[in-house]
Amino acid sequence: MSQLTVEHIWSALEDVKDPEIPVVSLVEMGIVRDVWLEDDRAVVTITPTFVGCPALIPMREEITARILQLGVSTVDVRTSLNPPWTTEWISESARAKLRSFGLAPPPHHTGTFDIALIEAAICPNCGATDTVLDSLFGATLCRSMYYCNACQQSFEQFKPL
Amino acid sequence: MGIESAAQAAAPLRDALREFLTAMADDELLLGHRDSEWTGHAPILEEDIAFSNLAQDEMGHALTWYTLAAARELGAPDPDRAAFFRNAGEFRNATLVELPKGDWAFTIVRRYLFDASEQVRYAALAESAYRPIADAVAKLRREETYHLLHSRGWVQRLGDATEESHHRMQAALDVAWPHALGLFEPTEGESTLVAADIKPPENTLREQWLAQVKPILEAATLVVPDAAQMAGGGRSGQHTQHLADLLNEMQKVARMEPEATW
Repeated sequence: MSQLTVEHIWSALEDVKDPEIPVVSLVEMGIVRDVWLEDDRAVVTITPTFVGCPALIPMREEITARILQLGVSTVDVRTSLNPPWTTEWISESARAKLRSFGLAPPPHHTGTFDIALIEAAICPNCGATDTVLDSLFGATLCRSMYYCNACQQSFEQFKPL
Repeated sequence: MGIESAAQAAAPLRDALREFLTAMADDELLLGHRDSEWTGHAPILEEDIAFSNLAQDEMGHALTWYTLAAARELGAPDPDRAAFFRNAGEFRNATLVELPKGDWAFTIVRRYLFDASEQVRYAALAESAYRPIADAVAKLRREETYHLLHSRGWVQRLGDATEESHHRMQAALDVAWPHALGLFEPTEGESTLVAADIKPPENTLREQWLAQVKPILEAATLVVPDAAQMAGGGRSGQHTQHLADLLNEMQKVARMEPEATW
């Protein structure tokens, strides 16, 4: 037990994937904000992408289960809204994985976003910019739906937040 | 000087905070419930999905506000008890959100009037001296951006699309308007909150809201009704029969087995 460090925990958390986007980890998504260790108790702070996201419940369970495997006796998963999660925290590696998953990564922004930014999506399948916004809302809270005029396929983009 | 938590709030502020937080939570919960009534029934698939998303977002927002109201010092019930085990007279929502879902025009008009109200409310609350409110709003207002883009776009399209759409939108606006003004009815103890810089007066928010919605509605060729005719009462627990009917449906399963764990 004395060997265990917070770095081990961060590294183990790379194994915990986003339940709705199983190619990226919660760490890469910027959802895990803080980890600390006190004797044999681990405390992990996470922040929700969208407050109403139902994936928060399995995320907590999977984080707890993964850290318990490291030999700690209790895991406390806390939720914080401050500072609020932003898509700017998604790592470059995760953005590439989102694209290969068929989900366009969110456009970069500096804190505010408007309809022009949201409408300018790049097709993750063919890379075309000749796309149209179909609906602001999609299959999960974090996605909008688009159509690509070039490859004539529907696709989704992660909403800038 | 900021108030970091409920424990730091002076005693007279606590009741006022509970009332205000409960009002915001109740608005979100009930409008979310009305949104969810479109799941499986919306006119097109994209909107079926959109309203299901809106419902889910608002459940999350309601949970956020109920959780703040349930701080030990404020004394509101925990979120599940608040949602499923209070009677109509204990709800503090504006009557706008309890009205039946109506037709598509009413759904869109109500959504737009509400979304615009949240935009001005949340912008003001971002500066709240009560830190838990300012923190929550920093998060929620980004999500609300999508709600407003969605409903405003529909208002702009339907207001003057066809004779029928115009007629329906105008009829919906005439019904919704007095109830929408009720969103700005002060909750009990508002002056205490205003004095502590926790929130601006509702009158100020209403003026900001009017300045936003009037040009949009007028550009959509709709006639904006009189701003003096408020249908109030919701913030003090006086509701239409529609709320009791809604709660009867929404709370029925939870009340069948009150101690069940879901």
